[in-house]
Parts: sequence; structure tokens; C-alpha cells
Amino acid sequence: MSRSGRRPPIPVVVVAALTVLFFSLPLVGILQRADWSTVWSDLTTDQAVDAIRLSMICSVSAAALSVVFGTPLAWVLARTAVPGRPLIRGLVLLPMVLPPVIGGVALLAAFSLRSPIGSWLHDAFGIQLTFSTAGAVVAATFVAMPFYVLTVEGALRGVDQRYEEVAASLGADRLTVFRRVTLPLIAPSVAAGAVLAWARALGEFGATITFAGNVEGRTRTLPLAVYLELESDEQAAIALSLVLLVVSLVVLVSLRDRWLVRR
Amino acid sequence: MGLGRASLRVALATVLLGASLLAAACGSAADEPEVRGTSGGERDVTLTVAAATSLAGALEEIGEGFRATRPGVEVTFTFDSSSAVARQIREGAPVDVFASADEISMTNLVDDGLIAGDPAIFARNELVIVTRPGNPTDIDSLADLSDAGVIALCGQDAPCGRYAAVALDGAGVVLDESKVTRGQNVRATLAAVVHGDAVAGIVYVTDALGAEDAVAAVAIPPDLNVVATYSIALAEDAGDARTAEAFVAYVRGDEAQAVLAAHGFLPPT
Repeated sequence: MSRSGRRPPIPVVVVAALTVLFFSLPLVGILQRADWSTVWSDLTTDQAVDAIRLSMICSVSAAALSVVFGTPLAWVLARTAVPGRPLIRGLVLLPMVLPPVIGGVALLAAFSLRSPIGSWLHDAFGIQLTFSTAGAVVAATFVAMPFYVLTVEGALRGVDQRYEEVAASLGADRLTVFRRVTLPLIAPSVAAGAVLAWARALGEFGATITFAGNVEGRTRTLPLAVYLELESDEQAAIALSLVLLVVSLVVLVSLRDRWLVRR
Repeated sequence: MGLGRASLRVALATVLLGASLLAAACGSAADEPEVRGTSGGERDVTLTVAAATSLAGALEEIGEGFRATRPGVEVTFTFDSSSAVARQIREGAPVDVFASADEISMTNLVDDGLIAGDPAIFARNELVIVTRPGNPTDIDSLADLSDAGVIALCGQDAPCGRYAAVALDGAGVVLDESKVTRGQNVRATLAAVVHGDAVAGIVYVTDALGAEDAVAAVAIPPDLNVVATYSIALAEDAGDARTAEAFVAYVRGDEAQAVLAAHGFLPPT
């Protein structure tokens, strides 16, 4: 918006300010409800530590899986003319708009012990995704990876392909071009996409509770613990919520503008 | 081209428009309080009933019957675990009638001064073990649950979770929490067995009946079973107390009691 020094129209600024208020009031509300004298003890109970540890494992794993599996997919979507590309993209982005609980039901249909794949995984490898941390990671990855793919695909489309052509003309093979030219060019978007995916995975609730269940120490991540604690110990629930809020906010704020808004 | 500046601007505009619409909607909702008056006879009265999830099927049917006797009265329901509903009421949810699956959730609200008058017990229920259809893991008793696999129970503070804890305690069964998945209400607990991979669960007899062929029920002997008592009461700030009272009376009346019995509930005494 630096094209001219024009002052922004007042109504836009007013509405924008209201919107900021809309987003900040709930935060203020929860801060104001917290009982600061018990926050630390609420966060150091075994259950809380378990939930925090589990949330970190699940969200970091989901972000890592998104990078590993999402980058090639984003490249294919951005650079190739695979048949049915809109359909593929639609499929991949579906979890962004699907209610997570429906994602959980779909995951159950695909991977529960009663599904063909789920029973095969169990019989052949002894893997059971339901009620396991692996299942919670799968659920988190399912809802988080689209954010990564979308970000990186956009970045790939914005890359000036002449750099790649020059590298190729100088004798680099296609994988080398991807590794040495393309990836460094989109590195900021890879980082931004991974952080977005991580943040989404950290907040994941519906798909996890539906697919992986709510098992202490295995699938009871922070959001599930908050939901369960809300009825028994509101202060503990608020303390856990604060962790989610603070961690997410710090990470999102540190995502500098230039990572999200390409010039 | 990805997220160009133009599309960002469009996105921002959309978000702002959404926010202003939301603000407008909230504003108008606040300006026009729900019509609950009794001025125009009994027309346009909306009764909000918040109740335990286990009551969902029966109460919806009872609601139909109540509506039929009172033209113009609309009954809407909200269901969750009694403890969750009680929390919502404590937070100021606009509820006219509360029906609880245990006495603790009700008593807490009475103590907080959020219930008008005395709660009345209108039904009872018992627990049952549910397994996959055909009971493939051969679960015959509460004791069998300890090494069967992942068991679905309700959250510790939901009535069905509290009752299950009492029953397991009575049977001397200790379940490893890493083998327990906790449903936020009895429906979610049942769903973990019906749709998920839980080997078994403890729910109410009425839920097992409602699930029909989706589960097999394994009875818990009377000496180990727990009787859940359901109570109903008017909220302190019920909008239309007369209609709310009429609904409570209707639930305790013969017609509704027959519906409850058909759903598997035990009579109040």
C-alpha cells in the first residue's frame, strides 16, 4: 500500500479498528478471568504437563510431515499440468473448510480398525491409529497440511522461472535446480507455511477427539484438556488456554509481514 | 499468482463486510428481545429447555407432545452433559427449564440461586456396558473391562462419568487412564464404541436401547449398578414462567412418563 502517501479513508479505518477490537476482546476476557496466583500450579500438574508435551509432539510432527509431503505436492500443483488439477487442489484444501469433526469421521471411515486399511495396518504392522498419538498426529496433519500447501504453491507460482531456466541451461539437472534454486527462492514461504500449519495443528480439536479419541497422555492434547477441564476446574482450563494463546500469538507475531504478504 | 495485493484487498474487504454484518446482526438481536410476553394469549412463546444428553430422544418426543397441546408454543432444546449445561446456565445462557441427569449438577445451580423452586425427580436410569455388535471380545462384567483394550467413558465430571466411576469402584475395577477415552457427553461416549475403535463403553441403559443393533448391551448386576436420578426445574430467570411450569408439569404427567418409559427410563420412584 506504499504506492502513494494518501491517507486512508476514515470509515475503513474505523471498521478495521472495530475488527481489531472483535479479535482482541476475547483475549482480554480470558486474561481478565485468569487467576494468576494459581496459573503456575495449574500448569504443572501431571495432566497439564502431559497435555502440553503431547500438543508439542503432535503439532511439530504435523508441521514436519506437511513440509515433507506438502512440498512436492505444492510443486506439482504449481508447475505441472496434471489432469484434474483443480480437483486435486480442491481435495487437498478441503480440510480447511470442512468442519474438523467431519474430518474425524472421514478419518475413522478410512483408518479405524473396522476399515480395510485400518485393519490391514493393524494386522500387518500392529499399527492402530485410533486412540494413539500417531492417530492424533494424523488428525492434526490432515487439517494443517492444506495451509502449508496453499502457502508454498502460491510462492512457487510467484517465482521467476528464468532463474531456473538459466540454471538448467548451465547444466543443472532438474532435481538440482529444485534443490539449489527453487527451494532457496521460496524458503521464506516454506517457513511461513510450516508455521501456519504448526499453529493450526496446535489448535486442532474436532478431528482429533473424533478420530483419535480423548485418552490421557496419548491423544489428550491441550485443546482437548481445556474442553474436559472446563467442567471440573475452570481455572485449570483457563491456564491451559493461556499457554495456547501466548504460544500461538508469539509465533504468529514473529511471522513477519514479508513472509505472508509477498511483494 | 498466489496471494497478490489485489486479492488481499478483496479478502480484507470481505472480512470487514462480514464483521460489520455480524455487528449489525448482533445489534438487531439485542434490540429485539425474544417475544415471551403473555399479552397475545399464548402465541409466539419460545421455551428453551437445556437438558442432559441422555434425555435427547425422549425429551424431543415429549416436546412434540407438549407443542401439540399448546398451539403457538415453540420448544427448543439444547443438549450436553448436565455438568456442561449447568456451566452454560451459570454463564448466563437464556434457559427456561433445566433437566439434569444427576443431583450434583442441579444442586450446584440451586446453591447458586439460579433455579426457581424445588427440582422434581421425574425419571431414573441405570448403567450398562456396551460393546461392538455380537460382543466379539467376550465382555461379561465390569471386571472384564480392565484388560479389554480402550474403554469409552464419559468425562469425570459428566454425570455418566461420575456414575461409571462409582460402579467401577464398587466392582473393585481400576482402569488405566491410558486405556480410557473420555467422551464429553454420553452420546460421544457411545459414538466411540459405535463409530470408533473403543472395545466397550459404559453408558445408560437408554442409550444402549436407542443405539439398537449398533452395539451389544452387557447388563451390570443390580448390586453393582448405579441408579441415575433425573430432576427438572425452572431456571430462576425463566422468560415465561407459566409456560415453563406447564412444561415441567407435562414432563411429570402420564403422557410424557409413557414416552420416557418407552425410551427405557425407570419411573421416578
